[in-house]
Amino acid sequence: MRIRRSAQAVLALATVGVLTACASGTANDPIDTDADITQQSLTVSIWADYYPDDLAERFEAATGVPVTIVNHTTNEDVMAKLTTGADSGIDVAFVSGQYAQALAEQGLLAELEKSLIPNEANLFPEASELAYDPGNAYSLPYAWGTTGLCYRSDLMDFEPTSWGDLLNPVAELSGRTTMLATERWMTLPAQKYLGFSINTTDPDELGEIRAQLEATKPTLLAFDDITFYEKLVSGEATLVQAWDGWCNYAIAEDPNVSFVVPSEGSDLWVDTMTVLASSQNKEAAMAFLDFILEPEIHGWVAENILYKVPNAPAMEALDPSIIEAFPNMGITPEELLEQEVAIDLGEFSVEYSRLVTEIQAG
Amino acid sequence: MSAVATRSTRGGASERSSRRWAAAAFLGPGALYLSIFFVLPLGLIVSYAFLTRGRFGGVVPEVTLENFARLFEPVYLQVIGTSIGTAAITTTLALLLGFPTAYVISRLPRRWRVTALILVLLPFWTNFLIRTYAWIILLNDAGWINGALQGLGIVDDPIRMLYTQPAVITGLLYIYLPLMILPLYSAIERIDPALEEAATNLGASRWRVFRTITIPLALPGMLIGSVFVFVPSMANFVIPELIGGGKSLLLGNLIRDQFLKARDWPFGAALALVLTAILVILLVLQARAAARAEGGGARAHS
Repeated sequence: MRIRRSAQAVLALATVGVLTACASGTANDPIDTDADITQQSLTVSIWADYYPDDLAERFEAATGVPVTIVNHTTNEDVMAKLTTGADSGIDVAFVSGQYAQALAEQGLLAELEKSLIPNEANLFPEASELAYDPGNAYSLPYAWGTTGLCYRSDLMDFEPTSWGDLLNPVAELSGRTTMLATERWMTLPAQKYLGFSINTTDPDELGEIRAQLEATKPTLLAFDDITFYEKLVSGEATLVQAWDGWCNYAIAEDPNVSFVVPSEGSDLWVDTMTVLASSQNKEAAMAFLDFILEPEIHGWVAENILYKVPNAPAMEALDPSIIEAFPNMGITPEELLEQEVAIDLGEFSVEYSRLVTEIQAG
Repeated sequence: MSAVATRSTRGGASERSSRRWAAAAFLGPGALYLSIFFVLPLGLIVSYAFLTRGRFGGVVPEVTLENFARLFEPVYLQVIGTSIGTAAITTTLALLLGFPTAYVISRLPRRWRVTALILVLLPFWTNFLIRTYAWIILLNDAGWINGALQGLGIVDDPIRMLYTQPAVITGLLYIYLPLMILPLYSAIERIDPALEEAATNLGASRWRVFRTITIPLALPGMLIGSVFVFVPSMANFVIPELIGGGKSLLLGNLIRDQFLKARDWPFGAALALVLTAILVILLVLQARAAARAEGGGARAHS
């Protein structure tokens, strides 16, 4: 899951909010599979540093369609642009799975015209079984992964296998662990450890999760979702809750760092590509999605960002030394599919916010 | 005021209108700037605070008082209380450290004063985040301070300094101390040394001079410096996160999280208004106290 935060994001959101009242008057432009896409142009919104620098140039060279790439910092950031009603001018948006689901439910996404996306055949079969959009009717997965324990094997005398090793640490590890501070991930270890769904809306289960986290907090070095891997490398922390891709950044600096998905299971996060219903350039947008699914382009993400991509030929072509150095790059699609996909909880997410605030403030 | 009034009544109509144009020319750019970058955003925050949360951020135009009711939930009152407490401790320490510093600087030979003031401001030349990371390097378990203490054999195990409440206060104090020193300096520098000399000549002890002359005359600077330190201390969210390890929240963290994590803009706006309200209350108190201090001064003169 790509997370970028900045004060500018808040300002940008506020500006967009001013336009809230404007209604969307865009009529849906039907897909014409014979359209001349060289007459079209694209605006693509994607997380910064999540794509090859020359992506726009390469796509234009291949198809003749000029592309403007705009960056968003968080899902919330781009969702505000897409859902406030005014025409965002965005043709293709990269958002996480549960957000794609919500956009589709609100009728804001175009149904994908698969005859224009032959490269979909490159995706693993598992990549069409994702709960937020079965069959990939409205979205195609761009990158996927999970959350687990990232640790310094040279500083520990056992291999962690359970979320309990983080939540109720042995005395030597007390004060040497960190947990993620972003709400749905802060609760994840306790939810899995206690045998609950990561999407639970049961107040009693939330109470048990709170009790566990209150007991865990005094044993933590810090709540941290930005610099936890640096803390591992510096030796400040020994065991941290981490996204698989981010743990790889620690492994890159210190080969003694290892990653494990705890036996109780974890989450499956997916970042997806979507085409907006309001787009006037849907055919070019489909061509763009198809272009991304080229093994060479899609493989760039795996090779450079160290995130797994659901593209079979791209992953097969990945230099074996990368999987050797970063074993979590070798987690198979089957293994990923065993994990639970987070869905948006609507109004109930306020309860999660309060719980997380109570834990951090308490 | 009265002088201006008398003169303008004597002036002709053309002079009056050109004066008005001049006033508009001087006030215009500032007023325009303030209305775009202050009044408009503030209006946006006030209106958002009364609206309903949109599912994916933003607001739904349904008017509600719910966001203000939530402020009184124990957890949010606790964060507001912690923030006030942290800011109060930081402000007190800033006063205790800032007063002697400003006093000494104001009593330096004139040519050294500028150098000293530049030294006070020098940290601002480096980015705030980098200076915050420097504290992490100093304070962490394997950091310079612990390394030195262990190297000298003073302690065996590192002292846990980073990710604690005292570390947060240290960080806030470090960042905001110059905002206390500068107004204090400008207040103390204006105190006529002859007043202190006269009191000493008349037999007052140094402590009495300090208590009855220096402090009352420096009071406006102390008050303004305190507001400058107190308010941003409550609103800072970087230091609690990086130096405090996210284990305590200040109001600033809570506001930031409502916008960037919880997607609850209306509640974030209501929390932002709490901060604004505290600022306004402090400014009113400061203005009153300063007026009383001046009034006291006037009585002393007569």
